[in-house]
This record gives sequence, structure tokens and C-alpha cells, in this order.
Amino acid sequence: MLIPCPHCGIRPVEEFTFLGDARPVRPASNDPATMDQWFDYVYLRDNPKGRFDEYVHHSGGCRAWLVVTRDTETHEVFGAVTARDWAGKRKGRRA
Amino acid sequence: MKYSVFSLLKNAASGHKNWTPAWREPDPKPEYDIVIVGGGGHGLSTAYYLAKEHGLTNVAVLEKGWLGSGNIGRNTTIIRSNYLLPGNNPFYEWSMKLWEGLEQDFNFNAMVSQRGVLNLCHTDPQRDAFARRGNAMRIDGVDAELLDREAVREMYPFFDYDNARFPIKGGLLQRRGGTVRHDAVAWGYARGADSRGVDIIQRCEVTGIRTAKGKVVGVDTNRGFIKCKKLGLAAAGNSSEVAAMAGMKLPIESHVLQAFVSEGLKPYIDGVVTFGAGHFYVSQSDKGGLVFGGDIDGYNSYARRGNLPMVEHVIEAGVAMIPSLARVRVLRSWGGIMDMSMDGSPIIDKTHIEGLYLNAGWCYGGFKATPASGWCFAHTIARNEPHSLNAAYRLDRFRRGYMLDEKGQGATPNLH
Repeated sequence: MLIPCPHCGIRPVEEFTFLGDARPVRPASNDPATMDQWFDYVYLRDNPKGRFDEYVHHSGGCRAWLVVTRDTETHEVFGAVTARDWAGKRKGRRA
Repeated sequence: MKYSVFSLLKNAASGHKNWTPAWREPDPKPEYDIVIVGGGGHGLSTAYYLAKEHGLTNVAVLEKGWLGSGNIGRNTTIIRSNYLLPGNNPFYEWSMKLWEGLEQDFNFNAMVSQRGVLNLCHTDPQRDAFARRGNAMRIDGVDAELLDREAVREMYPFFDYDNARFPIKGGLLQRRGGTVRHDAVAWGYARGADSRGVDIIQRCEVTGIRTAKGKVVGVDTNRGFIKCKKLGLAAAGNSSEVAAMAGMKLPIESHVLQAFVSEGLKPYIDGVVTFGAGHFYVSQSDKGGLVFGGDIDGYNSYARRGNLPMVEHVIEAGVAMIPSLARVRVLRSWGGIMDMSMDGSPIIDKTHIEGLYLNAGWCYGGFKATPASGWCFAHTIARNEPHSLNAAYRLDRFRRGYMLDEKGQGATPNLH
């Protein structure tokens, strides 16, 4: 797999560390009443077959956090944006 | 037909022309008492023990590919019961006991070979941890021996004992551990289940799960709707996809694990050995190839093939442990899809839907568990409650805070 880092260009997969699904949103509250949201965030996964957005750290490169869009069935990489840009876009979508 | 030396002689006399198929290929009936989704090791052993232990034979096993085309034929064939935690050890030891009697039980040669599983340690703290785990095993009645460096050297003189970074300090040996011919496990269970009346239906993919009033009523498949009273899911790497058909979201991610086999060599490694400073495990098959593997690639995947960086990493670990491996040529490598649970332990349980049962989350330790997994899942389905052996493998343990985290690392889908 080759990943197009927005800062470094196309780089091989061994430079990157994968964290996993970028979709779950960390609950904003520590209130025990939000335990179900925390359970969902920490443990449950959609685990899709196909298109997947995931957090990836360019640990062997610019050390930026990225969100890579990839197909989990074919390993085809569609693109990568910085996690900051991705969060901004997601906020925009929700608003 | 019962397989024996007499059946072999009889068929040899007639030129081996009269062997009959080991199982039927029936068309699906419109209705079964119990349907199992997944014709791999766990699904087939579940059907076998449903028939044998519980007398339930109106059972179908639905397999989307061919029988045993998934992880039962892709693993590195290791069996062991060298766990630490109380919720794990009795279960895996029961699996070991079932392995020990399996071939007589299902009348099939699965080449169960108790050649010993040796974990190497490379630091003093690691040796302490091994002593603790060995003691935990012995408390649960499992055999465990802590070996010093010289005892390991006697068994395997060609390891790198004086490696500057990973010197070998000793090892934890389970002599009853070993290897099993993995495909034969699927075939033996399939034959045993089929002969008791279970329908094994290949090339039958489940496309939907139908429920009514919180109860399972059947499954849609590419060969039509099949009605059932109880439905057991044993879909391994595809568990999330199948469970989603019933509206469930699981604490599971699917990852790819690669395995490798070398060219055939003369007898070289007579047991199973694992490297303690990296992730590498190796044994030698009866054909002579070294069968080895390492860690998952580390990203979500349903691809059944990995990437080269992990190939390099696994072989580096192997060469660090056994320098002479550097001259061995790798013949093949392949990948399987692991259902990685969030605490590294499996799930064998009922679900919130009446009549729907789940067997999943085997990470990459599912092969050794095949007999006990089927045995416990059959019990859970037949009695509608878990057996005490799988009582720790409840689905709601994550919500309740009763994780079975053998590594003590917290919620992450890269444990085993």
C-alpha cells in the first residue's frame, strides 16, 4: 500500500502507524449517564467491508495525524487528508 | 463406513475404487431446528457436538464458500492450553483434552501430534512472568515446565543464545501442546456431523437474518429462505457483517494475519517454538516445510492477503531467533481474516434476540479452540445458557467491565 501524505507525498505503508476507525466520536461529557456513549466509543465498531476512513499516524515521516480513506477489501487507497482538516469537514457536515 | 485398518485393506484390495464420499451434498430443506452460519472449524464442530452430545440432528451448516475454506485451512496448526487467566485456562484445557481423544471420537486421522510448545524468554522479568503463568496453568491442572537456558539449548542447540539484544534465558514448555493437521479437523467434524444427520450445505451464502417479535425466524440465502428456530453465528472474520444483518454492532475489528511455509527440509525443529522478543512462532510440518507466522498487519482488512513490511518483520524475528533460517527459502505466504475482539478473548454467548447465538472474536487463537468452542457453543445453543467453561466469554462483558484481557493492555483490537 502507498499512502499519499498531504505533507510528504506518496510514501510506503511501513512509515505509517494505523490507529483504526475515524468515525466514532469521543463523547464530550464524563457524566456517568453518558456511559452508553462511552461504551459505544471505546468498544463497538462498524468494521465495514469496503470504503473505510481511518486514523493513521505518519510516524516514520512528518509525524502528522492523517485520515486515510481505503478499501478494506482490496486495500486500494483513495486519499488522505490531515486529521485536522477531516475534523473541520466533519464539524461542518454536522452543523 | 467406519475407517480402520480393515477398511483400508479391503479398499486397497479393490484398487481404492470403492471409497464413498465422506459427507453428502444435500439441498437445503425449507426448515431446520438449528442453523449454523459458517462451515469452518467452529461451525462444523458445533454441529458435530449438537448431534453427538445433545441428540439434535435437524441441523444445517451453511457455508458460503466450500467446506473449510476459511481460517481452519489457513492457520499455523498449533494447539496449546498455556493461558494465565482463570476464565481462559479451563476452557483451553478442555479443548486440549478433546484434542487428545478427537481421532478416536470422530474416527478420522487428524494427525494430532503432541510435540510440545516452547515459549522462549529473553529477560529476567519475562522469566518471572513465565513462572507465574506456568504456576497458573498447574493450578488449573495443565502441564507446564519452566526450563533454564541449558535445558532449552539441549532441545534446540541451533538458536541464537547469545544474541546481544535478545539472549535466550529459558523457556516455558507445555509438552502436551503441539500441532494438528488442520484441514483434517474440518473434514473429520464434517463427516461426523453428516453421518449423524446434519446437512452441510456449501456455496450457500446468508444474505439476511429474519426476526419477528424479538425472535429469530430464519435466514435468507442465495438458495432461498430457510426457516429455523435457533440460529448460531460462527462466521469468524465476517462476524461483523453477519451480525449486522440482525442489527447488531460487535466489539470486533477484522484484520489480516499472514502465515508462511518454507521449502521442505530434513527434520530440523521437532516441536513448536515461539520467540519471546518479537512475534514469531514456528513448527515443522510432516512434509518438512517450516510453518511460521507472526503478528497481524495492523490495519482493518477483509482482503485475505497482507503487505510486504509484515513479511519482512516476521522473517527478521525468525532470523533473530534462529540464524540458520536466513538461508531457508519461503515457498508460500497467505493471509486470513481474524475477528479481533477488543480484549483479545472470544465470545460464545446468547444475544438479546431470542434464538440467536454468537460465536466470534477468536482473534488469532481460534484453531486450538476448535473442539471446545464447538462443544461449548453446542451446549449454549441446546440449553439456551452458557456452560461454566464459556461463562467468561459473555458478549456483555465489555459493557459490564469484565474484560478477559490476557495481556493486560486495555481496549484495543490487536490482542490475541
